[in-house]
Amino acid sequence: MNTEYIGIIFMYLATIALAIPLGKYIAKVFKGEKTWLDFMAPLERLIFKFSGIDPNREMNWKQHLKALLTVNFIWLIYTFFCLLFQGRLPLNPDHNPSQTPDLAFNTALSFVTNTNLQDYSGESGATYYTQLYVLMFLHFVSAATGIAAMMVVFKAMKDKVTDKLGNFWDYLVKSITRLFLPLSFVVAVILAFNGTPTSFKGKDTIIGLQGDTIHVSRGPAAAMIAIKQTGTNGGGWFGANSAHPFENPNYLTNMVENSSIFLISVALVFALGFYLNKKKLAWVIFGVMTAGFLIMVFPSVIAEVNGNPGIAHLGVSQPGGSMEGKEVRFGPAASAMWGVTTTVTSNGSVNAMHDSMMPVSGMAQMFDMMINSFYGGVGVGYLNFYIFIIIAVFISGLMVGRTPEFMGRKIEAREMKIASLIALLHPFIILVGTSIASYVLVHYPNADWATKPSAWLNNPGSHGFSEMLYQYASSAANNGSGYAGLTANNIFWNVSTGLVIFVGRFFPIIGPVAIAGILANKKFIPESAGTLKTDTVTFGVMVFAVIIIVAALSFFPALTLGPIAEHFSLK
Amino acid sequence: MKTYILPSIKITIILLVILSGLYPLAIAGIGKLTPGHGDGETVQYKGRVVGYANEGQKFTKDEYFWSRPSAANYQADAGAGSNKGPTNADYLNKDVKGRIDTFLKHNPGVTKDQIPAELVTASGSGLDPDLSPVGAKIQATRIAKARGISEQQVLALVDAHTEGPLLGLFGPAKVNVLKLNVALDELKK
Repeated sequence: MNTEYIGIIFMYLATIALAIPLGKYIAKVFKGEKTWLDFMAPLERLIFKFSGIDPNREMNWKQHLKALLTVNFIWLIYTFFCLLFQGRLPLNPDHNPSQTPDLAFNTALSFVTNTNLQDYSGESGATYYTQLYVLMFLHFVSAATGIAAMMVVFKAMKDKVTDKLGNFWDYLVKSITRLFLPLSFVVAVILAFNGTPTSFKGKDTIIGLQGDTIHVSRGPAAAMIAIKQTGTNGGGWFGANSAHPFENPNYLTNMVENSSIFLISVALVFALGFYLNKKKLAWVIFGVMTAGFLIMVFPSVIAEVNGNPGIAHLGVSQPGGSMEGKEVRFGPAASAMWGVTTTVTSNGSVNAMHDSMMPVSGMAQMFDMMINSFYGGVGVGYLNFYIFIIIAVFISGLMVGRTPEFMGRKIEAREMKIASLIALLHPFIILVGTSIASYVLVHYPNADWATKPSAWLNNPGSHGFSEMLYQYASSAANNGSGYAGLTANNIFWNVSTGLVIFVGRFFPIIGPVAIAGILANKKFIPESAGTLKTDTVTFGVMVFAVIIIVAALSFFPALTLGPIAEHFSLK
Repeated sequence: MKTYILPSIKITIILLVILSGLYPLAIAGIGKLTPGHGDGETVQYKGRVVGYANEGQKFTKDEYFWSRPSAANYQADAGAGSNKGPTNADYLNKDVKGRIDTFLKHNPGVTKDQIPAELVTASGSGLDPDLSPVGAKIQATRIAKARGISEQQVLALVDAHTEGPLLGLFGPAKVNVLKLNVALDELKK
């Protein structure tokens, strides 16, 4: 058991150790300084030339958002129609069918928004064409969209009184060529050498040792899995995601993949420090995020390692902890660690089935997604955190009687209105979604639909409620993991989570970018004795308190009905 | 709006070529150099491919090591977990209890508290290729009897096929069930 603990501790510390230099590198890239990947410059020039884009044209925040929303809209249309007709498109060696309109709607929204909720299984629900030319393509560009939006906020914080916040296309392309593509390449090669398939051959049929006929799904999975992790996407090649032995063949790949899940998210926090030359602020943010992260990890690891009292009750021993839904090669500690890292970062890939995990773990995972900013998704995690900073600055300003200022700009009514709306939107869409689903389930269990509501849930009681709550939390947080027992491939769930995903992605991007843009236009007030210092431990504690209060007050009642009730029913 | 629509379409096209075309092709090229040539590593017995090293198979006969229970019945094109919650009484009292009873019936002499939970719970992928050394060794008596070989031989085989933690430091120890069963068949009787 000890090697399991050492495994996750080492993986975590190694990731942090890598994140600091990576953050420095990212800051250099976006400051336009020299880096060792400058050999990518010709490729970037080719992309800009082909697209007729001048990457040096400065944009204001509104132009940024126009570009971002336009290109995302184009991807959405392209994706929807590809999925709808995938059965007739090339690269379909397994002859998989096209997606239904509601499934294509959900999948398209889900992947464009970096969510990757999958109401289908990759083996039968997608083709090699859609896996590579649609879904993996979106892995890259949706992650890059997050970084581009974040860079607007970084830039707005950096310069004194400005309208010029860099070029959207420049941010988008550079985060791909300088960050996601090289890193994914390395991860994909590691996966390939450990047994993840890379070739384009379709299913293989063999006779097993005992004489059974076995159809083995394969495909060029390594390339996709690498960017699925580094881009905090989470949508895997196979249905079982990173629990599948082809996606995640051994403990080494598990460490590499788990590290990739949060490496860039952590690096971006340090990138902020290097970019603004405010390293202390970066450490305060990192400290708050890490505190939140660790508070979730410890109980989850302990619960999984200790095993399920329900299984113990049956008289068998649990030397390997709770093993339902888990793989022997990872064990309970690494599965719990993954469960928390994948939910804090909006990644959503899984190496064990969350639906079968202990209630304490389920609660940690849901709470991670409800807060959605402890490290957070690439780019967007920081945007969510930025909202909490604005609120904390305002509240603490009122408490100590100082003008609320952040980075030399006054926070006023307009910014606070936007920040509060964004902070409240998240609980609103999760809880309203869950309430509607619960209402339908209770009042119309036998409604005459293709999937009757009474057949939605895979588990009775409070765990069944958790399946619905988890699904909306995952959608709103653009996470994409699921309590996979939920029968989600039907019109009700495809459409309702699709809408939640959409709202949960674009408003939390528009809000912070707008706030940052407005603030950047305001008069710069140099720091004085009257300024509330934001790079102190005290302020860190304040932000932490704001996050916990907003999240706890909004979600505690729902969590009580789900994982908390289930925990106390364990016997 | 033309300022944004045209560049959006064009940049999508060129990024598709680079990210979806060239990148996976490059990885596929590198994959050719790997042990399985990018097709997945196979296991052979008597010159015949009997499985993929990384993917578990169903074993039900007494003379083989049994794999873990699978919610997907080891269909390697539809791997999945059971997604049964920890407090699902129906699942625990029917499915899990049924597996315990079956195991006890086929392994006389083994007591309930000796059975590790992995042998009666379904894996995450439904294709778990491994067992823990404990999960393999508990089956040794049954296999030895069914094959008419000594229990020591079976236990030695498990030890020989046990892969320790990564670098001796990280993660659990495990045994690949398919490779172990091939080794059993290769034993001279």
